[in-house]
Amino acid sequence: MTIETLNARRLLCPLPVIRTQDKVKQLKVGDRLEVICTDPGVMQDIPAWCRINGHKVIAATAGNHEYTLLIEVCSS
Amino acid sequence: MLAAKTIMEQGVHVEGINFFTGFCVEGHTHAIREKDKAKPKRNNSLWVAEQLGMKLHIVDVIEEYKNVLINPKHGYGAHMNPCLDCKIFMVNKAKQWIVENDFDFIITGEVIGQRPMSQRKATMPIVAKESGADDLLLRPLCAKNLPATLPEREGWVDREKLHDITGRSRKPQIAMAEQFGFDDYSQPAGGCCFLTDKSYSAKLVDLWKSQGHKEYQLDDVMLLKVGRHIRPQPNFKLIVAREEGEGRFLQGYKNEFISMISLSHRGPLVLIDGTPSAEDLYLAAQITARFGQGRDAEQVDINVTMIDGSERTLQVKPIRDEDMPKAWYV
Repeated sequence: MTIETLNARRLLCPLPVIRTQDKVKQLKVGDRLEVICTDPGVMQDIPAWCRINGHKVIAATAGNHEYTLLIEVCSS
Repeated sequence: MLAAKTIMEQGVHVEGINFFTGFCVEGHTHAIREKDKAKPKRNNSLWVAEQLGMKLHIVDVIEEYKNVLINPKHGYGAHMNPCLDCKIFMVNKAKQWIVENDFDFIITGEVIGQRPMSQRKATMPIVAKESGADDLLLRPLCAKNLPATLPEREGWVDREKLHDITGRSRKPQIAMAEQFGFDDYSQPAGGCCFLTDKSYSAKLVDLWKSQGHKEYQLDDVMLLKVGRHIRPQPNFKLIVAREEGEGRFLQGYKNEFISMISLSHRGPLVLIDGTPSAEDLYLAAQITARFGQGRDAEQVDINVTMIDGSERTLQVKPIRDEDMPKAWYV
């Protein structure tokens, strides 16, 4: 299992989702991606994108104006 | 949403495509401004896809879109909105996508007469023809008012179950939403593109005029969405944060611009875009002081940070309101 990190700070909706979408395409089932953002909209959008595409949000945390989501790739 | 649902009801597999141009209103300002914190920050296309249970592909077209905005063959609408060229561009991109991903045809939610520029009876065939989609482009909400497309002629969809909506009224769509059981949907009357906004368009034109050409980077067009833009001279402008959320957003650009902030009183972060002279910087500091709590003070200390990181303090008297012509506000 690989764990990668995506820096999506300063990007506004929907760019963090697009960058996540593009990064997930390069990963394998079971890999994890940590996405770090500053746009609070990601707390809605990335989980929605994961639900639509069959991936799992393992954790979502907010603090100090940053939002971090840990995603597990569940479908190819 | 309604067009997709209409086709899905016929047992056809539908997936969504959302093109991101850099000008989509979607969440941007909500994400930045404190006062908008209570507003839902959902991305409408993702939300719609989830409601419909379909996949959604969000495609970054920022670079390719520049040519659409800079050289619109069919011109602009009321502001800097190249709606018809934009639609042709997006349908063309969708055509490329269906070929690459082995899909059969394209649907859009267009309705004849709904929008004054891109959704008129005369422009519907232009979009189909110039995009290259031709009769692979099906508009389920008004299909009965248009010639049958390939999916209808081949029986992939039942034309009788499509619709014949026309005109600007949204009542038929609202009724259809109720029939489908949708009690929530995105804003029906456009407003999803900054280019249709008068104030935003004025800032874009000002940007082009000041730099002497129409090229732009994503950061340029992002910054037009934030703060007050004040141009006292052709060679520089100020971007003044209007509240804490905007200040935090502009903070991310501090290394790329000269920035100013009041040291002696509370006040906003200000970015200076352009090539100001020493005299211009003094005027910018006076304006910066005007937007802080020291606006009525005899003297305000303004910290100036240059792009190379060097700092100094300017002691200025805030500019008076009457000395700031309205024309300075972009």
